[in-house]
Amino acid sequence: MKALAKTFVVVWLALVFVAAAIGAMLELGPAALDLRAPVTDHLTDTGVSHPVTAVLLNYRGYDTLLEIAVLLLALLGILAAGGAAGSAAPKAAHPMLQASARLAAPLMILVAVYLLWAGAFLPGGAFQAGAVLAAAAVLLHLVGLTRGWDSPRLRLRLGLAGGFALFLAVAAALLTQGALLGFPPAWAGELIMLIEAGLTVSLGLILAGFFLFLSRDLR
Amino acid sequence: MTLGLAFDLLLACALLWSAWRTLSTPRLDRAIILFIAFGLLMTIAWIRLSAPDIALAEAAIGAGLTGALLLDAYGALRQRKRRRKAS
Repeated sequence: MKALAKTFVVVWLALVFVAAAIGAMLELGPAALDLRAPVTDHLTDTGVSHPVTAVLLNYRGYDTLLEIAVLLLALLGILAAGGAAGSAAPKAAHPMLQASARLAAPLMILVAVYLLWAGAFLPGGAFQAGAVLAAAAVLLHLVGLTRGWDSPRLRLRLGLAGGFALFLAVAAALLTQGALLGFPPAWAGELIMLIEAGLTVSLGLILAGFFLFLSRDLR
Repeated sequence: MTLGLAFDLLLACALLWSAWRTLSTPRLDRAIILFIAFGLLMTIAWIRLSAPDIALAEAAIGAGLTGALLLDAYGALRQRKRRRKAS
């Protein structure tokens, strides 16, 4: 009886909270700052024609720079916390599954490159492309075609940190021209494509690393 | 218009239901599968909100990579338990 009363009180409080939250949402006024018009007005200066990519890499490039730094830090945390490495050879999956993974992986790389390219004028971009790359690596690992990663060698380290380093280098170079990540309109498109290409490779490796470093000593 | 509204309502209900089931189901494997289903429904929700960029990221990272990572962790947990039982 007591438990029932307690449940009743909890459910009732939760419902009151939900109602209050919905009420607060409905009473929200219009945004104090409407940025839609400025974003579309200056879109021609950004080097890309898709507004989301323009916001991510040109208007708010600083945020994206820190985002990739956070992801890299998370991976470094995993590497620092990782215990003894002892990766046995992965268990091979059914040959049929392996064959379809072999077929799918090149297509996934193609899709990643397309997403990267399309990011300039359509939905897409470095993060999605990197995720698809990482998914390809995870797929190959799950069917037993590639091993989990042990401690990273120089080449892998370069790949993991390269995107962030490239982004930082571009930001530092632009700092001498005036503002941090203030792209000159003349070659903003090329710079953004360069940064995005670096980000795609690094993000693919980092996201795959979350998977492949963690799974190394459990198999 | 009303068809779209009906679809949105159905989607919202499915989202809430799958979120609740993910948290409340006692079996880990089912919770993971429900989590992936939740991610895919969330993808459709983002598309309905006309945010295809976020939908792509949600499908690839939220449902795909996280789901695979959770499934792998579950497999490792089960293997460890079996090994402990055997020894």
